[in-house]
Amino acid sequence: MSAADLSALQRPNDRLWRRRIVNRLMELLAWVAAALAVFFLGVVVWSVAKKGASALNFDFFTKPYAGVDVPHQGLANAFVGTFVIVGLATLMALPFGILIAIYVNEYAPKAIRGAVNLMLDVLAGVPAIVIGIFVYSLIVVTHGQSGYAGAFALAVIMLPFVARATIEVLALVPNSLREAALGVGAPRWRVTLGVVLPQTIGGVLTGATLAVARVAGETAPLLFCSSLATPGTHWNPSQPLQSVPVQIFELIEQADQQSYAMAWGAALVLILFILFASLGARWLATRSKRKIARAFK
Amino acid sequence: MAVSSTIEAAVRVEPKRQPLPPRERLEQVFDIQDLTAIYGSKPALKDVSMEVYRNLVTAVIGPSGCGKSTFIRCLNRMNDLVPSFRQTGTIRYHGQDISGKDVDPVAVRRTIGMVFQRPNPFPKSIYDNVAWGLKVLGMKDNLSDRVERALTQAALWDEVKDRLKSSALGLSGGQQQRLCIARAIAVEPDVVLMDEPASALDPIATQKIEQLLHELKSEYSFVIVTHNMQQAARVADMTAFFSISRGEEGERWGELIEYDETEKIFTAPSDKRTEDYVTGRFG
Repeated sequence: MSAADLSALQRPNDRLWRRRIVNRLMELLAWVAAALAVFFLGVVVWSVAKKGASALNFDFFTKPYAGVDVPHQGLANAFVGTFVIVGLATLMALPFGILIAIYVNEYAPKAIRGAVNLMLDVLAGVPAIVIGIFVYSLIVVTHGQSGYAGAFALAVIMLPFVARATIEVLALVPNSLREAALGVGAPRWRVTLGVVLPQTIGGVLTGATLAVARVAGETAPLLFCSSLATPGTHWNPSQPLQSVPVQIFELIEQADQQSYAMAWGAALVLILFILFASLGARWLATRSKRKIARAFK
Repeated sequence: MAVSSTIEAAVRVEPKRQPLPPRERLEQVFDIQDLTAIYGSKPALKDVSMEVYRNLVTAVIGPSGCGKSTFIRCLNRMNDLVPSFRQTGTIRYHGQDISGKDVDPVAVRRTIGMVFQRPNPFPKSIYDNVAWGLKVLGMKDNLSDRVERALTQAALWDEVKDRLKSSALGLSGGQQQRLCIARAIAVEPDVVLMDEPASALDPIATQKIEQLLHELKSEYSFVIVTHNMQQAARVADMTAFFSISRGEEGERWGELIEYDETEKIFTAPSDKRTEDYVTGRFG
């Protein structure tokens, strides 16, 4: 190719110019869309922080809610209630989710594997209020509201998240490891428990953390299952427990400045918790994936 | 001509090999009759019949795709893990058919251990790699003695005795493979199957593994798959040559062509295909 041809390549012509414009335009659109998403998140966090920060003090975390117009009170009852309910829900969902994942990945034939995966996806998409009604008719109608009922409802919501996350990491464990363990004459369950599962702890914790972050703010099922709490801070889940999202809902319904501020304060705590839980989960996920990759390169 | 073939034989075949007693005086470990192995609808192996003898090293050689790996994975029911796998024929192990549905594959693998192509230690400590199988099988008495014995037999003890608690993944490839051998022999199997155990290793590590086979065959029986003919000639007492056969419609399957004493396979094979393969004209 001669030098003259090269200079022709560099000379802008009409079509090339239009392509460049379109290219730039699309890039700009994508950038704006991404920026908008971050912008709205920023606005939400900023406005919640602005309105809620003033409510945060020592009393806010240590004293229970005592009613409208009481000075020096807090939401300890709601924090404790959420802690107990979500903790119990995790204790219920984690073993079941792991067992489902073990069945799907280690034992199930292909057809059942696909079906279970599909069902987990559907379950993950079921609106929380539907699960609330389900647990209401199953437990609350006969046994009344309780922390257990609320925890059960949240566990149902958590289950698909835990199971899917565990299935994903189980699939990363190479077959050569299972063969190695089977080769010394170990039965399947020992192989799964002793060799395969220990490789997946990081991934399982990631799924559990994401699921906790997801259900910590869940309001609808708790309205049915655990909202008629008596005043004061309670740890016993056999009675209805207050929770952060339900408390926010109730505070916002009061026509009163202090209640508003406390609602925003609780919202801020909830957002920060979810933010840090998600960050922690991502850190755990990359760490455990790197660990598995290093072990089986 | 006689002179050159003698020289060839001397170069290829280990001179220190003892002549084998007649086959009818050898104790059979496996008696395999008409073994056919099928993945999905494709046969990987057709009508294999052969015996494997006790305290010998039996090599399985042949070109890629001839079903060597499929064959030895049938011997300890490892193919059970493949959903589409089926097999017909019988595999008698000390007289008992182990291919039936009523036979527990876990019990089979307990006495018929396996070492794989790529070293696959557990992501645990060196000690736990050997001890895990012992614990699972309830051989917990004198656990550390058993671990030491297995590591010594696998010629690894001196290299790792000061770092038994560190991760097995920090070992070199050759050390990892010897650890896998230690793991396999720790549970005192009767037979050890080896699926190309040295193919991922350098020549020195390979030599160590081959040396091990010589030393350990008085206690165990070995079946070793290899695509390396020199390796088979060096380590094996008996050699089975598998090859690929083609059907009229282009379908391919593996077949046992010839099975005999290693020396005979490499110096005076009775089948033209074996001769072509061992002389390097094919494969």
